[in-house]
Amino acid sequence: MKKTLAFLALTAALAAPMAAQAHRAWMAPSATVLSGNDAWVGFDAGMSNIVFHADHAAMRLSGLEITAPDGTKLQAQNSAQGRYRSMFDVELKQEGTYRIANVSQGFMAMYEQGGERKRFRGTEAEFATAIPADATNVVPTRTASRTETFVTLGNPNDTALAPTNQGLELIPVTHPNDAAEGETSTFKLLLNGQPATDVDVTIAREGIRYRSNPEEVTVKTAADGTFSVAWSGAGLHWIGASVRSEGANGQPGTNASYNGTIEVLP
Amino acid sequence: MRKLPLVLTTAAMTAAAAPALAADLSVTVDVPRLNTASYHRPYVAVWIENPDQSLNRSLAVWYQQTRNAEGDGKDWLKDMRTWWRKGGRAMQLPADGVSGPTKAPGRHTVTVPAARLRNLAAGNYVIAVEAARELGGREIVRVPFRWGGPNTANGSGSSELGAVRVNVTR
Repeated sequence: MKKTLAFLALTAALAAPMAAQAHRAWMAPSATVLSGNDAWVGFDAGMSNIVFHADHAAMRLSGLEITAPDGTKLQAQNSAQGRYRSMFDVELKQEGTYRIANVSQGFMAMYEQGGERKRFRGTEAEFATAIPADATNVVPTRTASRTETFVTLGNPNDTALAPTNQGLELIPVTHPNDAAEGETSTFKLLLNGQPATDVDVTIAREGIRYRSNPEEVTVKTAADGTFSVAWSGAGLHWIGASVRSEGANGQPGTNASYNGTIEVLP
Repeated sequence: MRKLPLVLTTAAMTAAAAPALAADLSVTVDVPRLNTASYHRPYVAVWIENPDQSLNRSLAVWYQQTRNAEGDGKDWLKDMRTWWRKGGRAMQLPADGVSGPTKAPGRHTVTVPAARLRNLAAGNYVIAVEAARELGGREIVRVPFRWGGPNTANGSGSSELGAVRVNVTR
């Protein structure tokens, strides 16, 4: 019984990866730039306040999409879920760039029924029938989240980086596996395929646990959705952004979030 | 050419198809002898860099060319991070006249025959030498030189590389 309860609590925590806004979702690759013929990359994914420091919750990987350099989809291997982190491996058999993403799309609504606030969570199709007829103040929201990283074996390519035009996503202007300390990378943020303008993007470097200053940087996207980051240090960098908009004229609102990991090499 | 260094390996001599004296460009690299418990020969890349620091061409890549119990030698080419990022990753290896086995500590000369540089426009360039060692560090030495007339230039590393000498003979 105790075990069941613990499991339920864990499931509840995992079921809403984006609900706890205070915690950041991250995916940490063991390497991003590889050569040779024996390339495997291990990934850890979790949610925590200190990015890449697994001390809060594992990530449910039900939306894992691994795109190979030729655009085909791959399956993760050796998947496991720990208390604070989920993990899996990907074997790189093709040369080029891989996009490893955990993606979720959903629908939620807040409403009142008999003076009580309630919440619906599910798909947009379910929403049409799931809300009681006597519900008032229905506030529906489309949700989308993407937590991803990129790795390259050999020479990079861009096939896997093509936008899916769903939710918030990062499109490279500078290749994501070309980030080097002392240089600047430029990326473009898209919301449902359109430039996401004037959005705050937070960049946090790994190792916050071992220093007093978090050294976090926030930049705003330009009119074309682009933003640039000058890499002042090496290491894994978390790039986080979210866009919320209120619904209007019967249209649901939007809550889209992006969590990317870029490795900066010295 | 001065006295032939004793440590010049047979491989390096074979690579120098043309007599060293007639060569247009030679790069001499000192691989330092390091007193460490677990020494492995470094991977070394030598390349010509344009003034904007982009890679013009690779002249030499010394790496483990076989597979051993730990894996294929190519698995660690990426540890020469700068060379890899600037263009090593776009190369097909092994490459004729460029790739070779790792070198023991000592002085090694990369001699580039005239024919291989005939499409290199006269001007200022940089010779870059990058070394990366298993359980060791990584170091790059950059030596600016001029292509288009005889000149020599010197540089030196401090950890993974010793002296680097560039000699343009014509």
